[in-house]
Amino acid sequence: MAAIEPMNQFLIHKLVALPAVDVPVLGHVDLSITNSVAFMMISAAIIAVFFLSAARGAVVPGRMQALAETLYDLVDKGLTGPMIGDRGRPFVPFIFTLFALIAVMNIIGLAPGSFTVTSQLAVTATLALMTFLIVIVVGFARNGLGFFKLFAPSGVGIGMLLILVPIEVISFFMRPVTLAMRLFGNMVGGHVVMYMFATFIISLGAFAMHGGLASLGFLASGLSLVMVIALMILELIVAGLQAFVFASLTCTYLSDVVNLDHGH
Amino acid sequence: MGAGLAMTGMIGAGAGLGILFGNYLQAAMRNPSAAAGERPMLLLGFAVTEALGIFSLVVALIILFVKV
Repeated sequence: MAAIEPMNQFLIHKLVALPAVDVPVLGHVDLSITNSVAFMMISAAIIAVFFLSAARGAVVPGRMQALAETLYDLVDKGLTGPMIGDRGRPFVPFIFTLFALIAVMNIIGLAPGSFTVTSQLAVTATLALMTFLIVIVVGFARNGLGFFKLFAPSGVGIGMLLILVPIEVISFFMRPVTLAMRLFGNMVGGHVVMYMFATFIISLGAFAMHGGLASLGFLASGLSLVMVIALMILELIVAGLQAFVFASLTCTYLSDVVNLDHGH
Repeated sequence: MGAGLAMTGMIGAGAGLGILFGNYLQAAMRNPSAAAGERPMLLLGFAVTEALGIFSLVVALIILFVKV
């Protein structure tokens, strides 16, 4: 029987080896197509094909168009509208792209034999850093140096400010860390737990073959199978929810800087 | 051992999530018409609470897999 290696599913290996190139700032960059890159490309292709075929703009939407419009409204009317307000409209494409990409990467990662791109900390950290940089750029573009008011809540005494400002600064810089860790941790945690219960099915079944009292193992093995199915459903919910949470936190962070001057 | 101990941080996240969803449900029962409007806030609170639990998971993973 193969060794139980719950972390092997997250290993990256090259599918197509390409030569490395030297980029001025980043140094040596390996451009090989790994399984992670391949599944990211598949996700992007699924999204592109789906929305290109669905976005026909018919007055009476078909099934595909209705689904696409529902997803778009979820972000447009459900997230940016209530959270940022009218000033959030320019950010809808960005937030919707984040939502769609993360959701599709999470969901195809659940298919047996596939690779979960969002289980790589490098991927989630890149997405989080991108969000973080956009928040900073938008903050300075909209408010100028007034951006620093973000760290000093209004109506607070000077003594309290001495304590509050460092806390606010730290929590601001922890945002991309938590954003990246949450997605990464949820995906890795969920897949490891599913893997462990899947191995229980086989190992307990094999143990039950000894006969006698050990045949109770068949019961536990069956229970593990039920557990795996239940976990699969849970993970499907989590996959969509985490994408939604990532998008809604991006909205909150953007709202902080966009509506800084009139306390939303 | 250390990794297992690190996962005790999940206790807090579990309790926090219980309080969060319990209070949401209680509020939703009292005023069902306002429930839909507060759902984004619920998910936001869920995400922030969950993050602290996930931190302990990440610490556990680091203890298990990072060779110093």
